[in-house]
Amino acid sequence: MAGGSQGYNGSDDYIASKPLMEIVNVSVILKKPLVVKGEPGTGKTLLAHSIARALNKKLLIWNIKSTTKARDGLYVYDTVQRLNDARFKDKDISDIRQYIKMGKLGQAFNTDEQVILLIDEIDKADIEFPNDLLNELDEMSFHVNELDEEVSAKHRPIVIITSNSEKELPDAFLRRCLFYYIEFPDGEMMEKIIKVHYPDIEDKLVREALKKFYWIREMDGLKKRPSTSELLDWIKALALGGIRIDKINNEIPFLGTLLKNEQDTDRFVRISTNQGGFGFKRR
Amino acid sequence: MFIDFFYVLRKKGVPVSIKEWMSFMEALYNGHFQSSLNHLYHIGRAFLVKSEAFYDAYDLAFQEFFGGIVTENVDLDKVLGWLENPLNRLPKMSPEEIMEFQRQLEEFRRTHDLEELMRQFRERLKEQKERHDGGSKWVGTGGKSPFGAYGYHPGGIRVGGESWMQSASKVATERRFRNYRNDIILDVRQTKMALKKLRELKREGSEEELDIDETIDKTAKEGGEIELVFNKSRENSVRIILLMDTGGSMLPYTELCEKLFSAATQANHFKEFRYYFFHNCIYQDLYEDMGNYKNVPTEKLFSLYNKNYKLILVGDARMAYSELFEVNGCIDYFSTNEKPGLDWLSRIRDHFPHSVWLNPTHKTFWGHYTVDTIGKLFPMYELTIDGLKDAIKALTSKTKNLLHQ
Repeated sequence: MAGGSQGYNGSDDYIASKPLMEIVNVSVILKKPLVVKGEPGTGKTLLAHSIARALNKKLLIWNIKSTTKARDGLYVYDTVQRLNDARFKDKDISDIRQYIKMGKLGQAFNTDEQVILLIDEIDKADIEFPNDLLNELDEMSFHVNELDEEVSAKHRPIVIITSNSEKELPDAFLRRCLFYYIEFPDGEMMEKIIKVHYPDIEDKLVREALKKFYWIREMDGLKKRPSTSELLDWIKALALGGIRIDKINNEIPFLGTLLKNEQDTDRFVRISTNQGGFGFKRR
Repeated sequence: MFIDFFYVLRKKGVPVSIKEWMSFMEALYNGHFQSSLNHLYHIGRAFLVKSEAFYDAYDLAFQEFFGGIVTENVDLDKVLGWLENPLNRLPKMSPEEIMEFQRQLEEFRRTHDLEELMRQFRERLKEQKERHDGGSKWVGTGGKSPFGAYGYHPGGIRVGGESWMQSASKVATERRFRNYRNDIILDVRQTKMALKKLRELKREGSEEELDIDETIDKTAKEGGEIELVFNKSRENSVRIILLMDTGGSMLPYTELCEKLFSAATQANHFKEFRYYFFHNCIYQDLYEDMGNYKNVPTEKLFSLYNKNYKLILVGDARMAYSELFEVNGCIDYFSTNEKPGLDWLSRIRDHFPHSVWLNPTHKTFWGHYTVDTIGKLFPMYELTIDGLKDAIKALTSKTKNLLHQ
């Protein structure tokens, strides 16, 4: 699979839809960054891991936080360390190079083989953040002022960017990228995903669990709808707990794995008792 | 070769830039793609559409240009155009009439099959060239033909509009990405987005940084002993007051407003968040609870909060003339008011220069004297994703909204 003419085809532990695979391949061929958006738990981050495994390339992960700045990804000049070293005079501080630390983007440019760079949750950062990376992602190079040196990519990395749509990304940034919105998987797709994670699980259990899962997801007014990762936890709990299938029909065991805050649990109890679907016992 | 597709996309409202189009073309001509329409559909979307909000518009454009290969070839926009603004609404029906209606419905289901209905629908669409209200054959509003909105043909095809009788056999307007459009009224998923949008208000601080000037000063004072000084991050200074209408005409929007309300309450990033309720219009009292039992004098609003508070009013602004313009016009039978509602609203506007009014009703229904009057006092926006975005922009802008001064 790796490097073959087929390109990326998904990997053993990750199910990608066909359009998504096609777009990943186009992004790899054209070396254009790919922005992946979607609800939490639709596998945005895992996609990059899967591509790395399928194409047998190293993966660099740049986790974005609200305080992350674009420069952090390029390099950091550690003034404080240098000042400290100067103060204790135990080191030669004249070589500024030792205080220049490459960020993830810098590392991705500086490797001898092509790597995959995952910029995870880019929307967590300040609203201007993506714009500060425009040039760097376009040219795949940046300037280190302190050294007056240019760092440019030896091999253009494959860039995967994920977003939870907390903030809108700037148009100028998006224009330079490919864009894909991962829909929440439907029942059929979800069955496949579960199979990848737990190949030995009983079909009937999965189907019953899925029925209940989508029923909960459809409920109005939940603050946090359960997503794929919650479902996987739940199914694992069901399987390990040796819960009988007819029991899922009548109540929801281990509800805590699906709904994680009290208000949602209350809401669930209210709705399910109103609908009179089944005799729910609060755990 | 495809340049017309570009224009179709733009016409449908997909904001495709020339740069995006060119890189798509480049990729096409370099032969990177399989020659299948399906492939083209997905790759084209990745190149040209940068938000799921426009997936629906892209679908429509693709369907127009490539001729109904991906979705049903029904020109829904035109149909929806006819059905906007129903001239007449469903008449009130007595229980007997409803029984009769249900009987007809059963009969209709027996005698018509859905497929046949769809076929007729498409045929009528082809024949029909103009807007149509009433009547019993054409697709339109309020009539007795099986096709259209707000009508009362048992078991017909509903085209857009709300479901009055919940009996339309099939909602013809169903499109997969419709829910992601920006202009529809907020739903469950999108209310969470609304909360995120409100967060934009807060980005005013900066994180910890080395303060070089201070460091040098301190270091010099310490006689060369290096002393590092860091700037503390500034705090978020946004304070919000939310005033919500709980009046009777707001009833259809209760859920919507509850969602906005809970979203705002959960947003713990505001420096301060206060909320009060009112009934149709604001007079000398506001209420602390939705049931309008615990009252707070409106005067308190002026003494407790200064002009830096940002004020968001939510309501349909639709009321009787007297409620807004007259003394003792208050809708509640046992309440009186010495000053007309308009006076109170003007005072609130003057006290809070940063204020907006969010209206859950569609803009097309705003042509009403009280809505107009209030709209002149407060910048009014629809309670949709787009409207909220604009409202927040207006709230955060440094200068006052010139239009309303």
